[in-house]
Amino acid sequence: MTTTDRHIPDRLQSPLQTRLKSWETLLLVVAVAIFIANSFASPYFLNAWNLSDATFNFTEKAMIAFAMALLIISGEIDLSVASIIALASTAMGAAVQYGAGTPELIAIGLGVGLLCGAFNGALVTGMGLPSIVVTIGTMSLFRGISYIVLGDQAYGGYPSDFAWFGRGYVWWVISFELVLFAVLAVIYAVILHKTNFGRAIYAIGNNPTGALFSGIRVARIKFILFLLTGLMSGVAAICLTSRLGSTRPSIAFGWELEIVTMVVLGGVSILGGSGSIPGVVIAAFVMGLVTFGLGLLNVPGIVMSIFIGLLLIGVIALPRLWSRMRRA
Amino acid sequence: MAGAAPTPPGDMMQMHAKDVAPKADPAEAAPLLALDGIVKTFPGVRALSEVELRLYPGQVTALVGENGAGKSTIVKILTGIYQPDAGEIRLDGRPVHFPTAQDATRAGITAIHQETVLFDELSVAENIFVGHAPRTRMGLIDWPEIRRRAREILDGIGARIDPDVKLRELGIASKHLVAIARALSVDARVVIMDEPTAALSQKEIEELYELVETLKAQGKAILFISHKFDEIFRIADRYTVFRDGQFVGGGPISEVDHDGLVRMMVGRSVDAIFPARTSAPGDEVLSVEGFCHPTEFDGISFTLRRGEILGFYGLVGAGRSEFMQALFGITKASAGTIRIGGMEIRIASPADAVRNGIVYVPEDRGKQGAITALPIFQNVTLPSLARTSRKGFLRLAEEFSLARRYTERLDLRAASLDTEVGMLSGGNQQKVVVAKWLATKPRVIILDEPTKGIDIGSKAAVHEFMAELAAEGLAVIMVSSEIPEILGMSDRVIVMREGRMVAELEGDDLSPETLVRHAAGIAEGDTHA
Repeated sequence: MTTTDRHIPDRLQSPLQTRLKSWETLLLVVAVAIFIANSFASPYFLNAWNLSDATFNFTEKAMIAFAMALLIISGEIDLSVASIIALASTAMGAAVQYGAGTPELIAIGLGVGLLCGAFNGALVTGMGLPSIVVTIGTMSLFRGISYIVLGDQAYGGYPSDFAWFGRGYVWWVISFELVLFAVLAVIYAVILHKTNFGRAIYAIGNNPTGALFSGIRVARIKFILFLLTGLMSGVAAICLTSRLGSTRPSIAFGWELEIVTMVVLGGVSILGGSGSIPGVVIAAFVMGLVTFGLGLLNVPGIVMSIFIGLLLIGVIALPRLWSRMRRA
Repeated sequence: MAGAAPTPPGDMMQMHAKDVAPKADPAEAAPLLALDGIVKTFPGVRALSEVELRLYPGQVTALVGENGAGKSTIVKILTGIYQPDAGEIRLDGRPVHFPTAQDATRAGITAIHQETVLFDELSVAENIFVGHAPRTRMGLIDWPEIRRRAREILDGIGARIDPDVKLRELGIASKHLVAIARALSVDARVVIMDEPTAALSQKEIEELYELVETLKAQGKAILFISHKFDEIFRIADRYTVFRDGQFVGGGPISEVDHDGLVRMMVGRSVDAIFPARTSAPGDEVLSVEGFCHPTEFDGISFTLRRGEILGFYGLVGAGRSEFMQALFGITKASAGTIRIGGMEIRIASPADAVRNGIVYVPEDRGKQGAITALPIFQNVTLPSLARTSRKGFLRLAEEFSLARRYTERLDLRAASLDTEVGMLSGGNQQKVVVAKWLATKPRVIILDEPTKGIDIGSKAAVHEFMAELAAEGLAVIMVSSEIPEILGMSDRVIVMREGRMVAELEGDDLSPETLVRHAAGIAEGDTHA
C-alpha cells in the first residue's frame, strides 16, 4: 500500500475552542444579560418562587422543542405539535368522563401523541410528501377533531392525583415539570450528540441523498423522529392539561410557532443539518426570561406576541450575520 | 466605460473577427484576450501568482494543469465572478475590467462550466434564454422568437432536443448540450469550455469536437480546459500550462508532445498511465441473474470473481448507472436474483447492500458520494458506526483511528480529519468516499466513473489503488465511459446499450473498435462474438 510519513492531525482546533466561538456561547451571554436586566427592571424578579413560576413559561414547550430540534436538524418539521396537544388533551378529557384514572390518562395522552406522530411520519416517509405541507394539514385536522368533540365546551374533573404532573413540586421550588425538562434535556442531548442515531440525523439533514447512499436507513430514522415528536407532544399534553385542570379545544393554540422559534433561537438551522440541544436549552431559558420579564413589566399580551415575532425573524437573520462575521 | 470608447457594436465586431481570422497567420495574430500578471489570493492560499494567458481569434487554447493549479480561478476571473488582486486583462489590446458577471457577458465572454446552473422546471428554450430573453416591441418576452432561436442554436450544435420539453426530462448529456446552447445564445467572442466532455459519451464528444470546429471557423477564441490528453492534442491549437497557481509555459500545441505536457503539469514525468496487473481471479463472489427494471435495464446476468476488475462500458444513458444503483438497493429491480458467495440475498436498500458487502462509489460525488458539510472522519465512519461505537454510543477515538487508517492508505491530502469534505479537491473527495467504503471491508466495490473530473495525477492514484484492491482479493466493478480506462484496467468488459447487455468481451476481443461498435450498435457482421 501507499506508505506515507505525512500525518493528518485529528483536529486543528480543540473542541473547547470551537465551543467558545459558538452560537451557544453567544446565547448564554444574552441569557445572562436578560437575567441581569430583568433583576434591575423589576423588584419582584429575584424571588425564588417567582422564578420557579417563570419556568412554566417554557418547560412544556421545551419538551417538544427537543424532539423538534432533532426533526428540524434532519431536514423535516412538524407544525402539528400544538394540535396534537389539543387532540391528546381532548382524548384524556373524554376518558375522564368515562371514569378513567391517572394511569389510563397517561397512557391515552402518550398513545394519542404516538399515533399522531406515526400518522405524520407515515405520510412524509411513506408517501414522500413534504413535511411542512403534511403537518400544516394535520395541524388543522387534529385541532379540528377537538373542536368537533368539544365545540365551546370544556372537559374538567380530572382526578386530583393527576394534578401533580403540572403543579407538583419535587423539592422546594423545583417543580416536577422542571425536573422532567432537565431529564429530557440530558436524554435528548445524549441521543443527538453521543449516539450513532444522532450522527445519522446530522448526515440526513446535511444531505439526505448522500446519507441514503451511505447505507443510512433515512426513511426509518425520519419516521422515528416524527414518532418522538408526537410522543413529546403527548407528554406536554399531560403536563399542560394537568396544570390547567381542564381542556378546551383552543389549548396550546399557536405553540408550534413558539416551539419552532425556540429551536431556531437555539442555533438549529431551519434548513437542517446543524444545531445542538444545549443551544435549545439556553434558548428555552431566554424565551422564558423574556416573557416573564415583560409580564412583570405589565406589557400586554399583544405586545409580547409582536416581540416573539421579531425574535423569530431576528434569530433567523442573526446566525447568518454571525457566520459572516466569523468568516471575515 | 460606456460611450466614449470607439467600440463598434457586438455584431459588427463579430463580423470583423470572422473576416480577419482565417486570413491572418495564427502565430502572428494579435491575441483577442490577453491576461498578464494576474494575482488572486484567498485567505491562506495564493490561488494565482502572476499568471498570463493569451487567447487568439479562431483558435483553441487548451488550459491544462492538475486540480488546484488555478484553472477554475482564472475562469472565474474571466467571467467576472472573482476580481483579480493585481494584473491586467486586455480585450483587443484595451484594458478591461469585469466587476460583475454581466460585464463579462456583455464583453462577449461566455463560459460552459463543469456545472452550469440550469433550471429543471423550465423548458429547454427558457433555460437557454433565461436572463437575456428577446423582447417584443411591447417589452414582453417574445416566445415565438425564443423558440425559433433556441431551435436554431440547438440545430447549430447538432443537438436533437425539443426546445419545449422541461429540462427535468433530459438526461445529463442532453442537459450539457443545453448548457452549451445557453453559452452560445449570447453573441460570444470568447468561449470558455470547462471540462466540456466530462459527462459525454464518445459519440457526443465527436459532436462536440465538430461544434468546436464550427466556433473556430466563426473566429471565436476558445479556452478549452480538459484533463483528457487525446482531446487536447486533437482539437487545441495552442496550450497553456498552470501548476500550483503559476504559469509554467505555453505555445503552439505542435511544439509540445504528450510527455512534455505531463512533465510541465506535474513537474515530473508520469510514465505508465495504467498500473501493470497480473490478473488471477479467484472464487466467484457475486452472481447476478436476469436483473430487470420496467424502464431502465433488462436481462442483466453476469458473475464476478475475487480479484477481478469487471468493466461496464456504454454510452451515457445505456442504463449502466441505473443497473448499479439497483444492485446497491437505491432503485428497485422488477425481477432478478443476486447471489453473494453462492447465497441468494435480497437487497431492498443500500443498508442491505452494505451489510452484504456490496458498496457503491457514485459518479456524483458532491450529492451522492460524500456529505460535504460534515468532516472527513464522520464521512468515513458513517457506514461503519456499528463497529466504531459501543451499544449505539459514539466512540470518537475509534472513529478517528478508523478514518486515519483508511485515509492514509489512500494518501488523502487534508489539513485535518476534522476538515469539511467540501473543502477538499475533487480527487481528495473521491478518496474520502472510497475510504468510507473500504472501512466497511466490502467484498464487491462498484466504482461509477471513478476518475471523472479528476486531474491526471490523482487519476493515476485511483487506478493504482483499484489495482491494489483487486490484488488483495476485492471484486471490482468499474463503470466508465473512457475507453483507455476501460481497456487499461478491466479483466473483462460488459458493454451495455439501451439497457441491455450487448457484449461480454475479454482478452483479444477487447479493442477500442469493438467497444465502440457494440456500444453504438453498429453491426459489422464478421466478428460476431
